[in-house]
Amino acid sequence: MKKVQFKSPLLPYLLLLPQLAIVTIFFLWPAAEAVRSSFYLEDPFGFGSTFVGIDNFTDTLTSSDYGRVARFTAVFTFFVTFLSLGIALLLAVKADKVIRGASSYKTLLMWVYAVAPPVAGLIGVLLFDQHVGPIVDFFAMFGWKMQIGVDYFDTSFAMIVTSVWKQIPVNFIFFLSGLQGISKSVQEAASIDCRSGIRRFWTVTFPLLAPTGFFLLIINITYAFFDTFGIIDVMVKGEPGNNPVTLVYKVYLDGFRGNDLGGSSAQSVILMDLVFVLTIIQLRLNERRVHYT
Amino acid sequence: MKKNLIWDHVILLVGVFFMVSPVVLTLMTSTHDAITVYKEGVQFLPGGKFLENYETVLFQAGGFTKEVDGFVMLKNSMILGLGFAIGKIIISMLAAYAIVYFRFPMASLCFWVIFATLLLPLEVRILPSYEIVQQLGMVNTYSGLIVPLIASATGTFFFRQFFLSVPDELLEAARIDGAGPWKFFKDILVPLSQTMIAASFIIMFVFGWNQYLWPTLMTTDESLFTLVRGIKQILQVWVGAQIPAFNEAMALAILAIVPPVLIVVIFQSWFVKGLVESDK
Repeated sequence: MKKVQFKSPLLPYLLLLPQLAIVTIFFLWPAAEAVRSSFYLEDPFGFGSTFVGIDNFTDTLTSSDYGRVARFTAVFTFFVTFLSLGIALLLAVKADKVIRGASSYKTLLMWVYAVAPPVAGLIGVLLFDQHVGPIVDFFAMFGWKMQIGVDYFDTSFAMIVTSVWKQIPVNFIFFLSGLQGISKSVQEAASIDCRSGIRRFWTVTFPLLAPTGFFLLIINITYAFFDTFGIIDVMVKGEPGNNPVTLVYKVYLDGFRGNDLGGSSAQSVILMDLVFVLTIIQLRLNERRVHYT
Repeated sequence: MKKNLIWDHVILLVGVFFMVSPVVLTLMTSTHDAITVYKEGVQFLPGGKFLENYETVLFQAGGFTKEVDGFVMLKNSMILGLGFAIGKIIISMLAAYAIVYFRFPMASLCFWVIFATLLLPLEVRILPSYEIVQQLGMVNTYSGLIVPLIASATGTFFFRQFFLSVPDELLEAARIDGAGPWKFFKDILVPLSQTMIAASFIIMFVFGWNQYLWPTLMTTDESLFTLVRGIKQILQVWVGAQIPAFNEAMALAILAIVPPVLIVVIFQSWFVKGLVESDK
């Protein structure tokens, strides 16, 4: 907080008014509504609703379909997070090292940030297409006949590759700025003490990057959960059928297609709890991150 | 040592290939005619239908959507991107100014209320949000498209962080010279924030431009479709078509990619600053 501040009876409220109004109408109200309707069973035609307590939650959590989607979400999140973090870290370390062409590499590796997830999904649909996709042709040479949209495993694979592709730039940028924040004197001292570059990376650079890494871990989990909606929606071509979908996609499906308001709201509330936990962790880490640097 | 350096470049080049080639193939495919693509697969080299395909996609209504052409969608994307970025910057700067520079009762309550929005991504409160906006009669309007997206706390935090780093002496000096709150904001704080405004503008423009779920729900009227929203329409026509028009679909994808990518590449240093310092 500032030591010197203005004092005015009305002005601060006026300044805050636009934001608070939007927050209340479009955030707090819908959230309260989601919590409320998660305890009700709504008639699909809109003729009233009945209070059912936690039935929606128990129904959701015990349904085999939800379990299947939750398992896929976990696997999907795991692969997207670790592959995109790993590849981005490798590229950032190399981009930090080379001198010739460094800025071209950086630009070429980060611009995909600006591609929208559904557009990435569309490109994925093209490249993994049964008839025209070069990736399918490529794997066919090894005897793997991919069937995107039909085969559960193949579709998951395509979704993960596309989501990783879309997420690498963010991780790359953060890792690179983390690496550039490591002081030259530390690096020089390390290179005098230890000749092996790989060992130096794991014992000096990697621990110094750990705060950035933890922070990115949360960002990536959030990404895999929420921001991949566009990729998934496009890649299942709006026909989820037997295809893999994530928990967030299921909220949308059950709410808008299935007209199961109570169930969809209960799922929303479960996800809100999850976001709550992730945000708290992220805040704690942020404090530490500031402390380190 | 020398050998290591070569390996570094090889790894980086493989990385660049992985990141760049999908979009290059998309671009190449968009310059051929539909039958060539259907027969021979995704194209690796430019074809002769560049102008034709892009003209069709930009100015002919009907191909994918019945009413609008790509140009209208481009315009709508621009409105969404700009409206979102400008609206959010103004609102969050005002709110951050109030939180940092004023002493008033309930200051921390207001802060926490705004903060709570971080806990509620659009995707988890999608159905009630839709219903509320519908009740307010804002479906199929630009304000219904933009305003509900604006209020998340990221921008407010970004500016709060920056305002806190502005030295206190500036305010003291300004007050001694008799500047009121509004004058201080307009003549000192806003000019000081220029770089921050530019940096967050880039992040927010790209974020607004790339919105998908909300526009998908909010706009059923085709004249309000954005390019990214139009993707879904492309697919629906695609799935049913005899010979899928991959070329035109990809031309539309390229149109959706180019403006935000140009902004990110041209203003790269601001973009990186905005991304790293706003902590997303």
